[in-house]
Parts: sequence; structure tokens; C-alpha cells
Amino acid sequence: MANMALKKNPMPEQEPLVRNKNFDEVALGYTAEAAIDEATRCLHCKNMPCVAGCPVNVRIPEFIAKVAEGDFDEAYKIITSTNSLPAICGRVCPQETQCEGKCVRGIKGEPVAVGRLERFVADYHMQHGHSDAAPEKPEPNGHRVAVIGSGPAGLTCAGDLARRGYDVTIFEAFHKPGGVLVYGIPEFRLPKDIVAQEIKKLEYFGVKVVTDAVVGRAVSIDELFEEGFEAVFIGTGAGLPQFLHIPGENMLGVYSANEYLTRINLMKAYLPEYDTPIKKAKRIAVVGGGNVAMDAARCAKRMGADEVYIVYRRSMNELPARLEEVHHAQEEEIIFKLLNNPVRILGDEKGHVCGLECVEMELGEPDESGRRRPVAKEGSNFVIDVDAVIIAIGTSPNPLIKSTTEGLDTNRKGCIVADENTMATSREGVFAGGDAVTGAATVILAMGAGKTAAQSIDEYIQNKSK
Amino acid sequence: MFKILKKRVLNAAGTTTEMVIEAPLVARKCKAGQFIIFRLDEYGERVPLTIADYDREKGTVTIMFQPAGQSTQMLNLLEEGDCIADFVGPLGKPTNMEGLKRVAVVGGGVGCAIAYPVAKGMHEHGIEVDMIAGFRNKDIVILEDEMRAGCTNLYLCTDDGSYGWKGFTTDKLKELIESGKQYDEVVAIGPTVMMKFVCVATKPYGIKTVVSLNPIMIDGTGMCGGCRVTVGGETKFACVDGPEFDGHLVDWDELINRNSFYKEEETEAKNHICRLTGGVRRG
Ligand SMILES: Cc1cc2nc3c(=O)[nH]c(=O)nc-3n(C[C@H](O)[C@H](O)[C@H](O)COP(=O)(O)OP(=O)(O)OC[C@H]3O[C@@H](n4cnc5c(N)ncnc54)[C@H](O)[C@@H]3O)c2cc1C
Ligand SMILES: Cc1cc2nc3c(=O)[nH]c(=O)nc-3n(C[C@H](O)[C@H](O)[C@H](O)COP(=O)(O)OP(=O)(O)OC[C@H]3O[C@@H](n4cnc5c(N)ncnc54)[C@H](O)[C@@H]3O)c2cc1C
Ligand code: SF4
Ligand code: SF4
Ligand code: FES
Repeated sequence: MANMALKKNPMPEQEPLVRNKNFDEVALGYTAEAAIDEATRCLHCKNMPCVAGCPVNVRIPEFIAKVAEGDFDEAYKIITSTNSLPAICGRVCPQETQCEGKCVRGIKGEPVAVGRLERFVADYHMQHGHSDAAPEKPEPNGHRVAVIGSGPAGLTCAGDLARRGYDVTIFEAFHKPGGVLVYGIPEFRLPKDIVAQEIKKLEYFGVKVVTDAVVGRAVSIDELFEEGFEAVFIGTGAGLPQFLHIPGENMLGVYSANEYLTRINLMKAYLPEYDTPIKKAKRIAVVGGGNVAMDAARCAKRMGADEVYIVYRRSMNELPARLEEVHHAQEEEIIFKLLNNPVRILGDEKGHVCGLECVEMELGEPDESGRRRPVAKEGSNFVIDVDAVIIAIGTSPNPLIKSTTEGLDTNRKGCIVADENTMATSREGVFAGGDAVTGAATVILAMGAGKTAAQSIDEYIQNKSK
Repeated sequence: MFKILKKRVLNAAGTTTEMVIEAPLVARKCKAGQFIIFRLDEYGERVPLTIADYDREKGTVTIMFQPAGQSTQMLNLLEEGDCIADFVGPLGKPTNMEGLKRVAVVGGGVGCAIAYPVAKGMHEHGIEVDMIAGFRNKDIVILEDEMRAGCTNLYLCTDDGSYGWKGFTTDKLKELIESGKQYDEVVAIGPTVMMKFVCVATKPYGIKTVVSLNPIMIDGTGMCGGCRVTVGGETKFACVDGPEFDGHLVDWDELINRNSFYKEEETEAKNHICRLTGGVRRG
């Protein structure tokens, strides 16, 4: 008989006013008992709506059944048959719009906590992993593939190809692999150890990771082919920060979220033993309402700011961030200034930020995205006193690869054009996926694209060598 | 890891050090005007330095730096045979040399280390190059022989007249222009203030003036926007759109201001390293 509790088993968490002063993980993870109890809430629906909601079709009811039996090893095998990074997805997927959003238990009460269960299984495996049963290494097939970028798209593509025997080299511009998983998403949401373990796994399968390698500058895609790579996967993400283009944006104390988060997450400005400088601002406004804005705001709080504002031009309902992050941010005393739009950044005589001038907004008719368009209320301008402003209004793909690769088509927004089903680009042997193709999206979509591309690259090379 | 193959102190005062680094990926394609970013070790900052020279066959890249703050001072503590964690490049756009016949390259202080490869690159490209190299005094003069060999005419200046011509580079440049020298372009590389004044000097003559900007950088690939500068009223990212720009269009005061942002933190860090012994950090 299924467990008919209306609510999910609660996630043990650090206390809000304790955790907003440290960078340790906020959510502590289910115990085995809580996981088993949660697993019994699943009704094992025949039509499996949850599976359809997951971009990589994790076999959700099947793995949950194994969790209910306490067979966590088997559950892990089932998950990883379609998702190679479960410890990461369990933590960062927007479950409410994907797997859990489709769960029938969500019609009355809360859905089954698919994400938390996935995380539990992955963490359990990491802690109790059977090193004696190291997975078998594939027979090398002698074909070389280059992967550009080491975010979730690149890592997944590299992993899938390596498991099929390919000799894969990842080229990463930064000094550490992981993409947004290491430079963007903070430690308190996704411990960097987890990412490092995933990368170690790839290395075990023979993937070579070359850091400090900016493709387009140090080496071009054409040169990679000349060097003997038979196919190239571009997973370079969408790292180019957008600014507001309002007066005062180059004032001292205005950061892109990318800069702020990179200093903190990749360069560990919060740890005293690192040299990375960062200003300890007291009152910070973060402009934007996505995951990036929530992460920047929560980092700012942890760096010791007294007051941190989220300034967003639409209302609570339109906030694009994961639900859980919004709740966590509210609990951590982040102040939400909704329906406000920045019009000007004010500075003191030395050019340091001293205020953010905003105008109040109201929601009008829906726009092409279906969301109600915010309209400024005439004469409602006001100033928030702040000494730093972080701009988190989105990113687009970096033009470097496009500008150095002849014949690689991109669209109006600078995204690489790739076939939806194969990830093939306009250049033979060149495949692309993740944010570089879609614009800023999600970890799981990037992974899915990497997976599809690996499949296509395999077919491409096998056909070619016939 | 990137190995330091050679180390040499370039002047009597010890204000500039040259290092030859084993970095085949960078050496393979780099050109004059481009730069690298180094990181000492896991705890280090990412610091940009210009590529002063390279040897494609040996796979080496030469850098010249002024031990200014924490990172460059710690780099200066390393010796031949030691390694640094990261050395990424070539970054930025190479110097444009197309269509130029006569150019004046103005270098100031350690900026001469950056100006020299540009001058040499242009000279090798068949361009007639007058190089004006300015230093505060004789003790900090660097690369005299190299610069002399790498350009058509070298004009060496010191502020106090202890060596070469007495006066500022801007004065020498004006003198040359007034004496009838025709330049298609002036290239100015050095302290931000010097570059600003070279631009002020060339403006009345309408000579295009290219400057190599050095804002604070992190990634050097266009993903943080920390290096943004205003050029001709537009925001540019110096690491990808530059580092060379039309100096007459640069908003100098903004740049000078932005570069001073971390001054307090850096002074603190610098005092901290003075207490460090040898080249070993954190035990
Ligand atoms: C702060 C933040 C929080 C987020 N939170 C979430 C979340 O909670 N849930 C979620 O699902 N998604 C989240 N996202 C979005 C998600 O992280 C991205 O959609 C995903 O990482 C995209 O993966 P990718 O592999 O396409 O690219 P990326 O992760 O961006 O990786 C691209 C990599 O390529 C490298 N690269 C770029 N150019 C070159 C080059 N020329 N040569 C070599 N290497 C290059 C980059 O350095 C980078 O390492 C968040 C994003 C940010 C920024
Ligand atoms: C494209 C580029 C090329 C460069 N090439 C060279 C080079 O070839 N040789 C060389 O010696 N230096 C070069 N620089 C400057 C060098 O990167 C900085 O001086 C660097 O900050 C030194 O690091 P540090 O930790 O030792 O000193 P820091 O502790 O960072 O700073 C020392 C002092 O310099 C100031 N400062 C910080 N950043 C900069 C900057 N970008 N420009 C000017 N002043 C700054 C600080 O406010 C401080 O007063 C270059 C910079 C750029 C952007
Ligand atoms: S991968 Fe993401 S969407 Fe799919 S089941 Fe796991 S948490 Fe849900
Ligand atoms: S929809 Fe919900 S209850 Fe049904 S199988 Fe999926 S997780 Fe279980
Ligand atoms: S250094 Fe980050 S964009 Fe230029």
C-alpha cells in the first residue's frame, strides 16, 4: 500500500540564519530511512508522466521502486543508464517544471521528491561506492574526438564517447574543468567535490582534460582536424554577460554576475588563503530574477553584506529561478524588490556606486513569451541606497568560436545552429550542444544535448570509417 | 604545470624581470600585441602579462614584468626550473600592422617591455619604426640593446636626464613631429597616465594613436566583463575587443578609476607577502 502522505519528506537543511554566513551545503540530504519512506509515496503509474517530464527520461518509477526496497546500488544503475550526472541533477534541476511537475501526486499535495531521491542515491553511491567493482574500461577504438568546453554538455559528451572506446580530449579555457558547475553555481548549492569526482570518473575512462586552452585563440577548430581529431563537439556554453546599458554601469562596484560569481566560486574569494580580491560591500542590489541572480544574492549575503536586494521587473509569479532557490533566498533574508526596474546607477565623487535608481512597474498585456509585459509607472522613480550592484540579466554565447571558424552558422542571437536530432552543425564533423546552441538554459538540457551529440559522433565516425 | 626555463633581471634597480616559460600551446600561434594570463598556484590570482617574445620551435614564451603587487612579487621569487600552475593564451587581438609605413612607438617604464615586441614586430614587417622609450632614471632602463636592434631609430629618455635625452616621452614625440617626421600611426604603451598624455599630444596633429590598455582582468576570454572600458562611448571588453584601441576615443578617467578599485586589498596583500620567506608559500 502506497504511503499517502500529502507532503514530501522534508529535506534536512542548515538553519537559514546560520547558513547565510557560511558556504557549506544548505541541503543536507535524506537519510536512508527518509529516502525509503519517500520512495513509498510513488504510485508507479503505468503511463509514467514523470519520465516524460525529464529531459533525459530517467526511469523514475523503476529506480524509486529499488529505493523503496533499500537496493540503492540497483537504483543507481537504473538512474545512470540515462543520466550520467545524478548527484548534480538531483541538486540543481528545476524539478518543479520537469519530472516533479508532471508527477500525479502533485495534483493533490506535493509530488514525489524525485530530485531528492536521485541525489540520495547518487550520494549513497559516492560514499559507499564499491571501488573493488571498478567499472570495466572499454577497448580503445583508435578514433580521436575533441570536446571544447567542460560544462555539463562537454562532460557528458566526452563520457559517453569514452565509454564507447573513443580517445577523447577536452579543451577548457579556464584553469579548472566543470563550466558553470564550478564557476557559477556556488558551493552551498553544489559542492565542488562532486564535480571533481565526476571529472575523475571521466579520466578513469581515459578522457584527457587540457585546461588553459582557449579554442579559437591557442588552436582553431580547423587545426584540431589537422591534428587528427575526426570530430569536434562544441560545448562552450553561453558565457557572455549582458549589461543593462543604463548610465553609471561602469562605476566602481558594478559587477556582472559572472565576474562576481567567478571571483567567489572559481577563485574562492571567500577563503582567506586565496589571493582573489573582492569588495566587502554592505548593501548590494542584484538585478535579475533567475538562478544566477539568486546565487549572486545569496553569495553576497555570505560575503557579509547587511542588506541584499533582488531587483526584478516582473512579479513573484514570473521569477524564472528554481522554486527552492527563491524559498531559500527568502529564508536567508534576501529582500525582494519586485516590479522594479533599474534606470540609473548613482555614484559618489570618486566614482563608487552609492545608489540604484529604479522605477516601479506594473504588468500589462502578455508578450510573445506569454508573460505579462512590465510597463513603467510614470514618475515613480526612487533610489535604493547600495554600494554595489550585480547585473544578472542573462548571458549569450561567446562569439570567439564563431569568429574563428569558417562556415559555422549561428543565429541572430549568436547561438550555434545545430540540428535538433543530431546536434550536427553546418560544418562537417562539427557538433554542438548545450547553452552554446540554446542560449542560457539548464544543466540537464546541456547534458541531454551532449548525450545526443555523442551518439551522432559515434555514428558519423563509424560510417566514415566503413 | 608550466616551467620557468630562464630568469633574468633586466636592470640595475631590479624593477623588471624577464622569464622564459615553456608553453608550447601559446608559442605556436601568438603574435605581437597579444597577452597571456598566469596563475601561480591553486591560491593565485589570474594576472595578465604581455607576450614579450616567443620561440615557436622551442615552444617557449617570454614575459617581462614589474614585481608590483602580490602576484608579480611572488612570481619574482621563483627561479629557473620552478613551475607555475597556469599560463593561458594567446589572448586578445594581435597588433594591426596592415597599411602602415612609418610608425612611432612610445614606451614608458616597464611598458617598454610591451612596446618592444610591437616595435620589433612592425620593424620585421617592413615598417619604419621610431621608438621613444622613457624611464624615470638610468637605473630602471631596460632592453636598450634589444630595442635598438628592433627599430629604425631609438630615442631613449629619462625624466631626470641621468641617461639619454632629458624629458618626457611626450615631449620627445612632439619634438619629432614638429621636426617634420611623418607618422601614419603612433603606438603608446605604458602607464595609463602616460598613454593618456600621448593621446593629448597627438590629437592636435590628427595622428591616429593606438594604445594598449591594461584594465583589471579575470578570465581574459570575454566572460566576466570586469575589463570593460568605454571607447567612443561604447562599452568594450579589453580582453577580446583589445587590448589595443584608438586612444583618442578612450575614456581615460574611467579607466584610471577602475584600475584603482582593489588598491586597498592589494596593499594589504602586499604587506602580507613581505612577511613571507623565500618562494615558499603557506608552508
Ligand atoms: C550562476 C548560475 C546558476 C545556475 N543554476 C542552475 C540550476 O540551478 N539548474 C540548472 O539546471 N541550470 C542552472 N544554470 C544553468 C546551467 O548551469 C547551464 O545551462 C549549463 O551549465 C550549460 O552547460 P554547457 O555545458 O552548455 O556550458 P557551460 O557550463 O557554460 O560550460 C562551458 C565551458 O566551456 C568553456 N569555454 C567557453 N569557450 C571556450 C573556448 N573557446 N575554448 C575552450 N573552452 C571554452 C567555458 O570556460 C566553460 O567551462 C545556472 C547557471 C548559472 C550561471
Ligand atoms: C593586457 C595586459 C597586459 C599586461 N602586461 C603586463 C606586462 O607585460 N608586464 C607587467 O609588468 N604588467 C603587465 N600588465 C599589468 C599587470 O597585469 C598588473 O600590474 C597586475 O595587477 C600585477 O599583479 P600583482 O598582483 O603583482 O599586483 P596587484 O597587487 O594587482 O597591483 C599592484 C598595483 O597595480 C595596480 N593595478 C592592478 N591592476 C592593474 C592593471 N591591470 N594595470 C595597471 N595597474 C594595475 C593596483 O591598483 C596596485 O596599485 C598587463 C595588464 C594587462 C591587462
Ligand atoms: S534528471 Fe532532473 S528532471 Fe530528470 S529525473 Fe532527475 S531531477 Fe528530474
Ligand atoms: S508520476 Fe509520480 S507517482 Fe507516478 S510514477 Fe512518477 S513519480 Fe511515481
Ligand atoms: S577579463 Fe573577463 S571579460 Fe575581459
